[in-house]
Amino acid sequence: MDDLTKVILDYVKREYIEEGDDREVGLDTPLISGGIVDSFSMVSLKRFVEKKYAIQIPDADATPAAFDSVKKIAELVRRFQQVHV
Amino acid sequence: MAYGTKAREWYQSEIAGLKGAGLLKEERYIRSPQDAEIDVEYPAGAAPKHVINLCANNYLGLSSHPEVVEAARKGLDARGYGMSSVRFICGTQDIHRDLERRLTAFLGTEDTLLFPSCMDANAGVFEAILSEQDVTIADRLIHASLVDGIRLCKAMQDSYKHSDMGHLEEKLQLHQDKRFRMIVTDGVFSMDGDLAKLDEIVALAEKYDAMVCVDDSHSTGFIGKTGRGTHEHCGVVGKIDVITTTLGKAMGGASGGCVSGRKELVEMCRQRARPYLFSNTVAPVIVAGAIKVLDILCQSTDRRDKLEWNAAYWRKLLVDAGFDVKKGDSPIVPVMLYNAKLAQDVARDLFAEGIYVVGFFFPVVPKGQARIRTQLSAAHEKAHLDRAIAAFVKVGKKYDILGKDKNAIIQQYGL
Repeated sequence: MDDLTKVILDYVKREYIEEGDDREVGLDTPLISGGIVDSFSMVSLKRFVEKKYAIQIPDADATPAAFDSVKKIAELVRRFQQVHV
Repeated sequence: MAYGTKAREWYQSEIAGLKGAGLLKEERYIRSPQDAEIDVEYPAGAAPKHVINLCANNYLGLSSHPEVVEAARKGLDARGYGMSSVRFICGTQDIHRDLERRLTAFLGTEDTLLFPSCMDANAGVFEAILSEQDVTIADRLIHASLVDGIRLCKAMQDSYKHSDMGHLEEKLQLHQDKRFRMIVTDGVFSMDGDLAKLDEIVALAEKYDAMVCVDDSHSTGFIGKTGRGTHEHCGVVGKIDVITTTLGKAMGGASGGCVSGRKELVEMCRQRARPYLFSNTVAPVIVAGAIKVLDILCQSTDRRDKLEWNAAYWRKLLVDAGFDVKKGDSPIVPVMLYNAKLAQDVARDLFAEGIYVVGFFFPVVPKGQARIRTQLSAAHEKAHLDRAIAAFVKVGKKYDILGKDKNAIIQQYGL
């Protein structure tokens, strides 16, 4: 697992898994469609990666589908990192 | 044929699905005034059963208090039944402004605006004062009406883990670039009965330049030494920017709510909050009753003191009997059962024993967190609670849950 993916995975676990919640989160775990991240809190995930990696993800690209797994979020971040390189 | 067979059958199957899953909510018909003891017709058509009520929001026992009823009656005579208007057309009487001034003084704020309910206050307040340049940062266990209100406004929406001040601080740091940050919390959380850490929240708000909004519906009238609310309990009176609260619980229990706080924010609600602008004024009879409630609360703390004693006594009775009880300092005392069917079965058996409680389960509480929420009242006497605990112990023994913790109950009944 590369650093970027690990940072996102760690953030998701810390942010969305409550104490006593024994759900496992892996790279392909459905986050939004699986009920781990609700639309209310998806915003902090977006802001976190934008600030951490100095990128801007337009609202049109910040869809629930694009944020539905750690792997997909990492792909999204990479795509916008490349845009800004 | 706007409502044809296809639509009817679809809705019928939805309702059948709820019923099959044990999630269908049923009303019980109460055939007496609200009080510590009531007559309940349940199921529909059954002879009324006289029971002890342990599930009302009638915290101060004022819902049927003779002085409140008399004041409401006089208000009815003096100002009529209805106003047939929203506030800003011809729906504001002198007594509406009197009540708003009284609430402002009671809550220790700058100004107050009445709404038809606190649900309406919460639905309107955020859209009235925040925009897309701003962010709300809400505790993850806030009441559904706050969630709805936040969703109706254009501000960015974020949340923090329940009462986790470290997490809240992270979020305040994350959103420092927004114009306004507003922290949103319940004062007393309605399902768990625990209190927000308003002193710590206010300290963080000051450190990170944020406003604070508190829904104190399950606090106003009895939390704090003189019953002003959670802000009094936490020593932050005057430091909460927006308090929303209800007249529909401890404060007489009829209906009505308000936004109280910084005068500019209240004025923005008067100008822009849609539930204020587009729904009827609070009925005069309710306003008159609520003013009397404030008279009673300002004369003496006897009622909130008795409620505090009742809550502590009841909590001790449950814990000593071996029930798994959520910790807290409020008159909301949840008995944890985790399994939804178990919660319903226990509630049904308690009703047969003359104790009226309701099982709560998903979606009202998170999955696997089913419970019976007991609520105390100043109208309860010690004898009520002694009778109630005897019934709880009898039913608890039947289901073999006494002395068992969360894991043991889940092992026995599943989730």
